[in-house]
Amino acid sequence: MKQFVGQNVKRKEDYRLLTGSGKFVADMRIENMVEAAILRSPYAHARIRNIELSRAKNYEGVLDVIVAADLKGKVKPFTEFVEFTLPPQLEADIKPTIKKNPEPMLAEDKVTFVGQAVAIVLAEDRYVAEDALALIKIDYEPLPVVTDPYETIKEEAPVIHPELGNNIQSYFEVKVGDIDHAFRQANHILKTRIKTPRVSGNPLETRGVIAEYQERNQQLDVWSSTQVPFMVRSYLSKLVGLVEGNIRVVAPDVGGGFGPKCAVYPEEIIIPYLAMKYKRPVKWIEDRLEHMQSTRHSRDQVHDVEVAFRNDGTILGLKDQFLLDNGAHNSFALCCAYNSAAHLRGMYLIPNYDITGRIVLTNKTPNVPYRGAGRPEAVYVMDRIIYMIADKLNLDPVEVSLRNFVRPEQMPYETGIFYRDGANMILENGDYVKSLQQALKIAGYDEFRQKQEEARKQNKNIGIGLSSYIEGTGIGPFEGAAVKVDSTGHILVGVGSSPHGQSHETTLSQICADVFGVSPEQVSVRAGDTSLLPYGVGTFASRGAVTAGSAVHGASKQLKEKFLLITGEMLGVSIDDLEMYGGKVYLKNSPSKFVTLQEIAQAAKPGPRCKVPKGIEPGSSATYYFVPPTVTFSSGFHVAVVEVDKETGFVDILRYIVVHDCGRVINPKIVDGQIQGGVAQGIGGALYEEIIYDKNGQLVTGTYMDYLIPTAMEVPEVEMGHQEYLSPHNPMGIKGVGEGGAISPPAAIANAVCDAMRPLKIEINTLPISPNKLRSLIEEAERTESVLK
Amino acid sequence: MKPPKFSYLRPNNLQEALDMLAEYGDDAKIMSGGQSLIPLLNMRLSTPGYIIDIGRVEELKGIKEEEDAIVIGGITRHVDVEKSALVQEKCPLLTEGIRWVGHNQIRTRGTIGGSIAHADPSAELPCILTALRGEIVMVSSEEEITVSPEEFFLSYLLTSLEPNQLIKEIRFPKIKKGSGYAFEEVARRHGDFALVEVAVVIELDDDGTIADAKIALGGANSVPFIPEAAEEFLIGKLPDDSILKEAATLQLDDLDPEGDIHGSKEYRRYLSGVLLERALNRAIDRAREGVFA
Amino acid sequence: MSNCNVKIKINGEVIEKEIESRWLLSDFLRDKLGLTGTHVGCEHGVCGACTILLNGEPVRSCLMLAVQADGLEVETVESLAEEDGTFHPIQQAFANNHALQCGFCTPGFLMSVKNFMETHPELPTDDEIREAISGNLCRCTGYSNIIKAVKDAYVLKC
Ligand SMILES: Cc1cc2nc3c(=O)[nH]c(=O)nc-3n(C[C@H](O)[C@H](O)[C@H](O)COP(=O)(O)OP(=O)(O)OC[C@H]3O[C@@H](n4cnc5c(N)ncnc54)[C@H](O)[C@@H]3O)c2cc1C
Ligand code: FES
Ligand code: FES
Repeated sequence: MKQFVGQNVKRKEDYRLLTGSGKFVADMRIENMVEAAILRSPYAHARIRNIELSRAKNYEGVLDVIVAADLKGKVKPFTEFVEFTLPPQLEADIKPTIKKNPEPMLAEDKVTFVGQAVAIVLAEDRYVAEDALALIKIDYEPLPVVTDPYETIKEEAPVIHPELGNNIQSYFEVKVGDIDHAFRQANHILKTRIKTPRVSGNPLETRGVIAEYQERNQQLDVWSSTQVPFMVRSYLSKLVGLVEGNIRVVAPDVGGGFGPKCAVYPEEIIIPYLAMKYKRPVKWIEDRLEHMQSTRHSRDQVHDVEVAFRNDGTILGLKDQFLLDNGAHNSFALCCAYNSAAHLRGMYLIPNYDITGRIVLTNKTPNVPYRGAGRPEAVYVMDRIIYMIADKLNLDPVEVSLRNFVRPEQMPYETGIFYRDGANMILENGDYVKSLQQALKIAGYDEFRQKQEEARKQNKNIGIGLSSYIEGTGIGPFEGAAVKVDSTGHILVGVGSSPHGQSHETTLSQICADVFGVSPEQVSVRAGDTSLLPYGVGTFASRGAVTAGSAVHGASKQLKEKFLLITGEMLGVSIDDLEMYGGKVYLKNSPSKFVTLQEIAQAAKPGPRCKVPKGIEPGSSATYYFVPPTVTFSSGFHVAVVEVDKETGFVDILRYIVVHDCGRVINPKIVDGQIQGGVAQGIGGALYEEIIYDKNGQLVTGTYMDYLIPTAMEVPEVEMGHQEYLSPHNPMGIKGVGEGGAISPPAAIANAVCDAMRPLKIEINTLPISPNKLRSLIEEAERTESVLK
Repeated sequence: MKPPKFSYLRPNNLQEALDMLAEYGDDAKIMSGGQSLIPLLNMRLSTPGYIIDIGRVEELKGIKEEEDAIVIGGITRHVDVEKSALVQEKCPLLTEGIRWVGHNQIRTRGTIGGSIAHADPSAELPCILTALRGEIVMVSSEEEITVSPEEFFLSYLLTSLEPNQLIKEIRFPKIKKGSGYAFEEVARRHGDFALVEVAVVIELDDDGTIADAKIALGGANSVPFIPEAAEEFLIGKLPDDSILKEAATLQLDDLDPEGDIHGSKEYRRYLSGVLLERALNRAIDRAREGVFA
Repeated sequence: MSNCNVKIKINGEVIEKEIESRWLLSDFLRDKLGLTGTHVGCEHGVCGACTILLNGEPVRSCLMLAVQADGLEVETVESLAEEDGTFHPIQQAFANNHALQCGFCTPGFLMSVKNFMETHPELPTDDEIREAISGNLCRCTGYSNIIKAVKDAYVLKC
């Protein structure tokens, strides 16, 4: 029997996307629709004294202009996102301080970041709506602005939300072992500050919402470019006071998400509300300028680390105090910050660990998780430290890594802390030493050292850098799947996850097809639609394959069992005598005696001819919710080989290698595609991308001319190696792969650049490694060297 | 990001264009390829009452050879110059440099006149034109005048064009046989505006000494910069590494680049020296090899 | 003036319409003609999602007024497949090589590549392909499968 899991099945999504017949939110038009444009704050911090709307309202083609006052009593403000609150065990363990700090729908009397929504124009088309935006007059009284995380925690800093008392929104500590003892035992102590800047996920499709309300049956249909349609539905119902069952939220084709589309935005509540209020469909498509300002950013962590180690490179303890600058709001509890704390030690043992995280607020766009969600920051810290230790001890960094790995014989390894889902954080399996060796072999590490020597003689600076990561993937709380066989024998799968490039229609049909022994062609997968299932979660945090995959697997198996029971009834035999393959159920050992899925589906219909055994519901469908016991850990190694133009400071990536473990591979090409794409984003973070604000809180990188997303000229082809340690936490052994590619490139590339410049000693502890920055580091190191001489 | 309201005018010939300019000039924007103007309209950073689209004015299109210059009509597209065998033969510095302008999909619409008129200090064409000591021919309904780049480029995005004038054509002097040339640029990503760029033409005497040096730097000042002292220093010298290095760094203090997030003032100034040295080396190598003999 | 008539040959069909002269070609195609395969990702000329062919050459439809295309010929992604739905070799090559994930950028790439292949009939090097597609941003794939697809398209074409 041919198995499709593990095969390069071609993508089902591709036909429509390649012929231009896909449907993204912006592609939809509804009869009688109006279009919205949003006026956004030009100030980072200001009081709104007065709003003058009459000219805009009277402009030809304008339906209305809406401000915060119009929503009063109609649309409740956001509370916090309960989906992100801490499980009780974790809460009890780390006893965090988390002040509630939800974002308003529209700014009312005050704006706290540039880009915050203040007013919405509804008009016949977007051109007219934008004309009217220019006619709105707002009288702002500028307030003092704070954009620096260290400034904002000072006592004299302007307090952004006076009700919070100060700008420190959250605080927590995680401790393992006896850190003071570890520091007393050490031969060396190293102290440094390592910073990952603010970046933006920047999916190529911006956000967008269309809503249509039918008074006839109070049905509200919403199409949104989101990763979490169920969450949008839930908040719409809560905040506008609607019957949840009357709301359908659909994420049609979605042009990338990467995290920023992974929670509800004010527009997703207001636009549907306005469609109800004005009884006309309303469409709002974010433009790229709005996107840069108002779609939530990410990263922006500064770590002050101290590490204690022995002469042989063994790390005894690590202390870290870090700040996460979350911009003007944080509605996500400790999400990224705790991820950083939990992942910082990565694959390394480090028995004594003491980390303090503070989430601080500034007059910038709020932050959310973005591909990697707290791990790229942590890995950048940890792997820079490995290189700094190696430098200090004059060892090869590989040696320092090997000295500190969790060994295969220690697996499953208890890390001594809780994961974000409240379970004990346990690294379940894998062999880090072997993976590293595989990566080094592909890279030709030993030969490279020789080549490097020769290159140095010719004044060429080439270097090699490594980074490793572990990642808790497939977080709960659950994901659902409904599988049914229709009366033509075709299998339909509906899932609660919501893809935006991850190929669910293909991979999930492979999983289902294998259970029924049919071709994936016979399976259709639908996703991103709240009408498919009562509950669903979404696609983020490398969870799609793990959770939705397991749910599809479970639902398919249940339906298969039921179909065997029905066949038993149809043929009058025991189900032990039956087997299913090739889309048919056979009497064992008699290949001519079978019934088809179509016949079984028909026999499952309620009524006099129903063959469903007594005590079981009629029908040819099954729904299953997969509830993972906890996350499952993927892992990997990245190796970057670079050449530095010492004179200009430009970095060229010559080779990039990834060896990774994502458990069972459902579709190799798709897995490789996720890695390659993740690495491209990681390279962006390493060398090009940075969201920059000036002192007044104005966004300096507000266009694609300033926010530099890598092109095909900047991204090399990643050479890959695979390890397959099956996950024990789900039936198929899947581990998540969506984010891994993006986690390690900053660390690997920074290490490679430092390595290339040796014997000159430079430390790259901030990103991106722009040519200007690298040149400054080189000049500084050369100055220091000449002083020493 | 949608353009504001404007009245759209499309002259069919030069006279019509000039008449329209005379009438509406103060409240009008000329549109050629639109590759700089339309982003500004989309962002509503420019809100003209009239757009005069000169894209169909045939008199402004084309590449022709005159005795000492290649003369390119204002609305001639970047790609047409890039692919021109005539330009490649007589003015290869332009062929080498124009490939650095954005991406192919921009160059299929963008025009020579537009690039010059837009006067971005990091743009390639103003720098190349300045290095070549070319000329800009402007017309209005009243007169036609020819100016040098130094007269034309006044400051960041600012030129001597009057509201009633348009760029008719641009004269790129031919590169003499036996000369070497080079265009060097670095940009953050491929296709981005330059951090710094350098265009160089070097003429060697039979004995290998430098007979003439023409240099311009872009991105290093608010307008393309001619390092005159460096040019003078080079003339009459037998070039070697130390001479070129000295020439390249001779006038760095005279540069006053605008610092931004992609490169500080100091970095751009320093980079100018690095690129100039590279460009000089390459141009001299070419001159020696007689690549362009 | 602020309204004008345009006559554009779009995917082989001559379309005549009155439109506001400020309308961008991208919006005209998408909103007035329903040709939503051409996507809009930045509206300032950088991302390339809106790339179409104008008289056979790739241009940004977000950096053109529809009225500028008056009298000219436009091809969009919708014109690539054959009438019976069979893929154009470039589309086939993209599907074979997993050269798209979310697919938002894809129409722009396809149009750029179509022109590139027509103007570079011989199998190009990887570097030439990289340069040719460097005016199109893709946030999902990391490009390497797109490069493979372009090479594959050369094979499929003959
Ligand atoms: C993504 C992107 C990347 C780019 N990268 C680069 C780059 O790396 N290097 C670079 O040099 N450029 C770059 N550009 C700009 C591009 O080269 C423009 O095409 C060029 O600068 C303007 O030419 P145009 O014909 O499109 O002019 P338009 O946009 O039509 O006009 C530009 C300005 O010049 C005026 N103007 C145009 N023609 C005339 C004329 N004949 N007489 C008088 N005034 C006139 C207009 O009124 C307007 O003010 C880039 C553009 C984009 C969108
Ligand atoms: S939408 Fe036209 S280039 Fe991005
Ligand atoms: S496939 Fe998503 S942007 Fe290219």
